[in-house]
Amino acid sequence: MTGRARTIHLTVVALLATMAVGSLLMIVAGASPLHAWGQLLQKTLGERQGFGQVLFRATPLVFTGLAVAVPLRAGLFNIGGEGQLTAAALACAVVAAALPPGLPAPLAVLIATAVAFLAGAAVGAATGAMRIYRGAHEVIVAIGLNAIIAGVALWLGNRSLFVGESTRTATIPAAAQLPELGLAGSNASVSALGALAVAALMAWLLARTRVGFTWRMTGQGLDAARAAGLPVDRARVWAMTVAGGMAGLAGAHFVLGHKHAYEDGLGRGVGFLGIAVALLAQGEALAIIGAALVFGVLGQGGLAIASDVPKEMVDVLQAVVVLVAAASLGRRRA
Amino acid sequence: MTAPAMRVRASRRFGDCVALADAALEVAAGTVHALCGENGAGKSTLMRVVYGLERADRGELELGERIDLARHGVAQAQARGVGMVHQHGMLVPTLTLADNAALGHEPVRGGRYDRAAAARALVAAAARLGQRLDPDALAGDLTVGEQQRAELAMVAARATRLLILDEPTALLAPREVDALFAMVRAFADGGGAVVLVTHKLDEVMAVADEVTVLRAGRTVASWSAEVTAAEIARAMIGGEPPPPATRAPTPAADAAIALAIEGVAAPGPRGGGAVDVTLRVAAGEVVGVAGVEGNGQRELALAVAGLAPVARGAVAVGGVDVTRATVAARRALGLAHVPEDRHLHGLVQGASVADNVALGRLAEVGRGPLIDRAAVATLTTQLLAAHDVRPADPAARAGALSGGNQQKLVVARELDRPGLRAVLAVHPTRGVDLAASARIHARLRDVAAAGAAVLLIAADLDELLALCHRVVVMHRGALAGELAGAALAAPDARARLGAWMVGATP
Ligand SMILES: Nc1ncnc2c1ncn2[C@@H]1O[C@H](COP(=O)(O)OP(=O)(O)O)[C@@H](O)[C@H]1O
Ligand SMILES: [Mg+2]
Repeated sequence: MTGRARTIHLTVVALLATMAVGSLLMIVAGASPLHAWGQLLQKTLGERQGFGQVLFRATPLVFTGLAVAVPLRAGLFNIGGEGQLTAAALACAVVAAALPPGLPAPLAVLIATAVAFLAGAAVGAATGAMRIYRGAHEVIVAIGLNAIIAGVALWLGNRSLFVGESTRTATIPAAAQLPELGLAGSNASVSALGALAVAALMAWLLARTRVGFTWRMTGQGLDAARAAGLPVDRARVWAMTVAGGMAGLAGAHFVLGHKHAYEDGLGRGVGFLGIAVALLAQGEALAIIGAALVFGVLGQGGLAIASDVPKEMVDVLQAVVVLVAAASLGRRRA
Repeated sequence: MTAPAMRVRASRRFGDCVALADAALEVAAGTVHALCGENGAGKSTLMRVVYGLERADRGELELGERIDLARHGVAQAQARGVGMVHQHGMLVPTLTLADNAALGHEPVRGGRYDRAAAARALVAAAARLGQRLDPDALAGDLTVGEQQRAELAMVAARATRLLILDEPTALLAPREVDALFAMVRAFADGGGAVVLVTHKLDEVMAVADEVTVLRAGRTVASWSAEVTAAEIARAMIGGEPPPPATRAPTPAADAAIALAIEGVAAPGPRGGGAVDVTLRVAAGEVVGVAGVEGNGQRELALAVAGLAPVARGAVAVGGVDVTRATVAARRALGLAHVPEDRHLHGLVQGASVADNVALGRLAEVGRGPLIDRAAVATLTTQLLAAHDVRPADPAARAGALSGGNQQKLVVARELDRPGLRAVLAVHPTRGVDLAASARIHARLRDVAAAGAAVLLIAADLDELLALCHRVVVMHRGALAGELAGAALAAPDARARLGAWMVGATP
């Protein structure tokens, strides 16, 4: 099977499995599957406000999905999205709040976004360097960094950054806030367009550039790539660095596009959900967009039918998608 | 006429690939039967069907009586007295030979594993084949040849009807081959049947009573009487065999040293490796390194290629010291590498042929930070055509190519490039069919004739004698001897090299 055929095949299998398990759960919960699925689709894809919320949920997943997909292509597993996102969001919020007043909006957004990217990238680079130059497994390192960053962010916040008795930093100036997309009062902001652009950029990077080529070859055949003289070590550290930057952009999405500040628990779980998105997309940058939308629909749709079905059902369905994707990826590796 | 020890007829497809198309083989008791054919002819698949490791789509099997192939498996084959010795040993290196032999069939006395009985049984089985071995030796401490002979004794102890050896000599020195064949002969003389899978014709001539040739999954010839090597070769290829390799012109005495290895020590991951090797290869010269596998050739090659550190000594390409240089820097100086393990180091199996070309040629197809896809396509198409890589499809997955075509692709990428100054070729024709081997030999000769220094590490003495101006032998990590010029052409060259390979002084 070609890569594309495999992705389509996988998506169909994942959707069927999700529908089967979901229907079963609905029956157990005493709801009619037909009605519940209909409601779920209607409230997500059938109306503007719902669709806006789907976009709003899918946007950070595109970024954290890319944060997993890029290293995956280079042969590394990035589960550090949570920490990368948190570090980036905090840095982004603090810098944005401190921007001089009167700065033009595009410049303010650019600076704040760059700070988020760089903060996430720094965490990713540290993870990659630990892996490549110290031989520490990147998954273990990422688990450690996730915990450290969560702790340090809360401590820093409580010590000096949070406003008053709250667990929230100062609100960023209007110039740094991203405009909303204007989808019937949904939370979707122009960061959704940014996510599309970044995914396309990553697809181009992987397909056309030297660094993308090096990532792909390193991931598919580390020893052959090294024997041919490709800088596999440097490339893998860069893959983790860019990945951290991607997770950082998810942080920027929350701070600049939604909360307009950093607050404790911001974006929690989105880093991990990015793993599921990347697995479903089989590491293909453009497919990430579709995969993120699938998770966006599940997440938003679950809320919409929460009166009929327990809200934990969404978690279970997302897990089903992950299992199908992981099983398929395992076969691809074997 | 008595019933054959084994008779098989089988068809088997793997997806689009027809591995066996009604291939047939009949082996008489008390004979050594050579099963010949080019790589990919289906020899291993047919033998795996007989041994119950592989299912047949259609076919029939007789082992004294009709066997139901649908219910056939390894246990059934073993119960009928069939045994198989694999090319890469199956011994557990941390166990003694006796324990290895007993694994899965432990003799029991008083409810406990009877190690002494296991040792006695193994020694007796080896003795029946004229071998002496130490049942208490750790398998990991033995040479490949010793391990293989021990494994043969273990298998033969249980296999009474049929012994299958699938390319058993690929890793052995000439003397070890002789020892192995003596055991095979003894087994047949004891009334058992042997199938020896090989594509080396001198082995067939030396030991086989009967010969069957497979080509593209079909049985194309079978002889039970005298047959010449040329007849077998013609049947294997389905045409005239390619002309033998020729040597590049001898370089001038004052030719510059293009590849210098000065007192290099390169330890292996578990000891061993190269100890103290000094070798200077002049521009236009082909120097061969012979030796039994595991005597430091691999470590030396990896150190020269830049894939393993040099512990002591120095390596220079074109007079520039590259001892600590990256692989990329060495390549930029004109070093090419045809690696020993083309699956691991040669090609990215999952990537396209075009990507695999770009992999080694980024200097030519890169445009700043971008890769010029048109340039990749042009270069790939040109290399595939010039080196007869089939299918000539740049989009094909490299791993889907046959072994011979994969190697032709590696050779095309590495040896057909501008600025070539030194070539490191490690077992370049191992597992490659005769036609592809001939092309690879010709290419090595041509790059030498054009002025590149060639260091050829190989186990096949025929290859080394045909191509090299000079052959050294590696033994226990050091150079044990060297033949050049007239001494290399002398009739005793093979014997002298073979003696050095096992550490004897000729
Ligand atoms: N498990 C397999 N899956 C797919 N193709 C296979 C498999 N085993 C063998 N083949 C193919 O079948 C053909 C015959 O292989 P094999 O029996 O190993 O040849 P030989 O031993 O003569 O070199 C080859 O083209 C090989 O690629
Ligand atoms: Mg074979």
